Amino acid sequence: MSMMWRSLMGACAATALVFPAVAETITIATVNNGDMIRMQKMTKSFTDANPDIQLEWVTLEENILRERVTTDIATSGGQYDVLTIGTYEVPIWAAQDWLVALDDLGDDYDVDDLLPPVRAALSVEDTLYAVPFYAESAMVMYRTDLAEAAGVTISENPTWTEIKAAAEAMTDKGSETYGICLRGKPGWGENMAFLTAMSNSYGARWFDPEWNPQFDSAEWNETLTDYLDLMTNYGPPGASSNGFNENLSLFQQGKCGIWIDATVAASFVTDPANSTVADKVGFAKFPNKDGVDNHGNWLWAWSLAIPSSSNSPDAAKKFVAWATSKAYTEEVAAAEGWRAAPPGTRTSLYENAEYQAEAPFAAMTLTAIEAANTQKSSVQDIPYTGGQFVAIPEFQGIGTAVGQQFSAALAGQMSATDALAAAQANTTREMTRAGYIK
Amino acid sequence: MARAVSRNTKIGYTIAAWFVALLIFFPILYTIITSLKTEQEAISGFNLIPSFTLQSYEDVQSQYNYIRPFMNSVIIAVGSTILALIVAIPAAWAMAFSPTKRTKDILMWMLSTKMMPAVAVLVPIYLIFLRTGLMDTRIGLTVMLMLINLPIVVWMLYTYFREIPGEILEAARMDGATLGQEIVYVLTPMAVPGIASTLLLNIILAWNESFWTIQLTTTNAAPLSAFIASFSSPQGLFWAKLSAASVMAIAPILIMGWFSQKQLVRGLTFGAVK
Repeated sequence: MSMMWRSLMGACAATALVFPAVAETITIATVNNGDMIRMQKMTKSFTDANPDIQLEWVTLEENILRERVTTDIATSGGQYDVLTIGTYEVPIWAAQDWLVALDDLGDDYDVDDLLPPVRAALSVEDTLYAVPFYAESAMVMYRTDLAEAAGVTISENPTWTEIKAAAEAMTDKGSETYGICLRGKPGWGENMAFLTAMSNSYGARWFDPEWNPQFDSAEWNETLTDYLDLMTNYGPPGASSNGFNENLSLFQQGKCGIWIDATVAASFVTDPANSTVADKVGFAKFPNKDGVDNHGNWLWAWSLAIPSSSNSPDAAKKFVAWATSKAYTEEVAAAEGWRAAPPGTRTSLYENAEYQAEAPFAAMTLTAIEAANTQKSSVQDIPYTGGQFVAIPEFQGIGTAVGQQFSAALAGQMSATDALAAAQANTTREMTRAGYIK
Repeated sequence: MARAVSRNTKIGYTIAAWFVALLIFFPILYTIITSLKTEQEAISGFNLIPSFTLQSYEDVQSQYNYIRPFMNSVIIAVGSTILALIVAIPAAWAMAFSPTKRTKDILMWMLSTKMMPAVAVLVPIYLIFLRTGLMDTRIGLTVMLMLINLPIVVWMLYTYFREIPGEILEAARMDGATLGQEIVYVLTPMAVPGIASTLLLNIILAWNESFWTIQLTTTNAAPLSAFIASFSSPQGLFWAKLSAASVMAIAPILIMGWFSQKQLVRGLTFGAVK
């Protein structure tokens, strides 16, 4: 009997010793891009400091990830503990109570260091529901050598008139040099991200306060007409198939005079290892129409959030706090240099002299992000939030359908007037079905 | 004269066959070529001459461990195929040799389940997997792939079995064979080419399945379809790496298909000429 008791007690003691050593596993769903891949490589310092937490990574294509994570959250699946989502999802998902509030990330997190527009875009009623890993706005990137040769200058605050004149002067189709490269590939996050920002800068809006679509307005007509005019006369051939990556490649090969796109592109086009024009790139703010005080209001932040279905919210909080901290930025800089630091999230990064010295695009990126107002992206009255998108669940479908009409117009399959009429009819139908229009 | 025309026709057919074969194979060939390019070359337009760099393969291997999704693919594809054959052989036998008035309707109904878009049943299946603990498990995925490919397996086996004369089975019964012996020792050996081609085709279908294998897995049971999906990116250059990952994913099934093409063709044309 005593032998048996001794054995039992021994087993209990062994169990007590073993259990604290069993690590808690958190599953992180993420997208495949340079900064996220780097984060996966840098996690040793986190796991060393938190030996009781193990990390599992699920990397998926952006749209698959969105679909996969949406299914999981909607069914309370609990498959993921940390999600990589953008500024589009955060307000929608937080309103559905799908995300854990992140208002207690520790005293040393320094939440006030987050750039105010980014923090606002990731908050609902002043509560933070995701923390930014890196953020971007949009700006003008142009070839300084071509501008000089053509005898044109692009100011720091260019207007669309100025951009058109510069694109015209830089175009030399004989040598495959195109004055301007803009997104044409259809999709709510492709051509419609650009065209929504452009329409904002023309004073247009997607919806009036009663949710009536506004594609029949003079502002949208002017936006699309000018876009088609720019791309038809000074853009590359086959532009209706060009998205971010295609334009990046064209610019890096020296085939674009001006490229207006996400600020994150600046680090790619100024990288001598990949760009043939690395030392000939100038930057300017996203253009606006003469007399309209609006620079597009493009703002996107790849952010880390914790789904309310997570089984390990405390461990997940520790991870997101580490991955978006100042200390992480410093670790990246120590390992790979300041150019590799995740941009656009913290004020302290832009106050760092070493970062400013290594990243020539830093000042303009900060200016662009600070200028973005996602709470009121149009100069007119609007019922929605979001900069280069409308933060409603229906926008993915509607934005892509409208993007297809505009891409068809760019491909020469229909006129601007017809594309706008089709967009108006399609959006009105969908918004009525969804119950926005009574 | 007649011989010359015949030879010309033959040459014409050969050229046409090669052209069609090349056309069908071209996407795979171009994926292989792209995997041997630098990212800059990959995105800079159509080009059939790569710089023959293996950098993308190195990057893919350093970024992810290939072995785990590869082993998951092997287990899931082979497991679901064997399971499907175990269920489908008796079912096809019953339909081929003991048909009823409703056999054709049942076959059509089975096939009609393949016509439904998979996403229509995503949420119920997802919930069933969650509640039963099958989410992100090889067993769950094996059963799922078995179920979605079962109609095709039954149909193929039914077609092959119908070509076997019922008198042979009757003779076996006359000699005292039980039902099990009849299926195992008489029917199965006679239908080996058909079963082999069904097996091969089902492995290919299961290997290439990407909707359910991505939706019902996270880390433990994720096969090569999830491995490929992880290399796509809207921002940044990734085409060469994506192509390298694709080549690594399709290489095993391509090699298997190459070695078993005789059986595959024999099975697919089984009973075509009487």
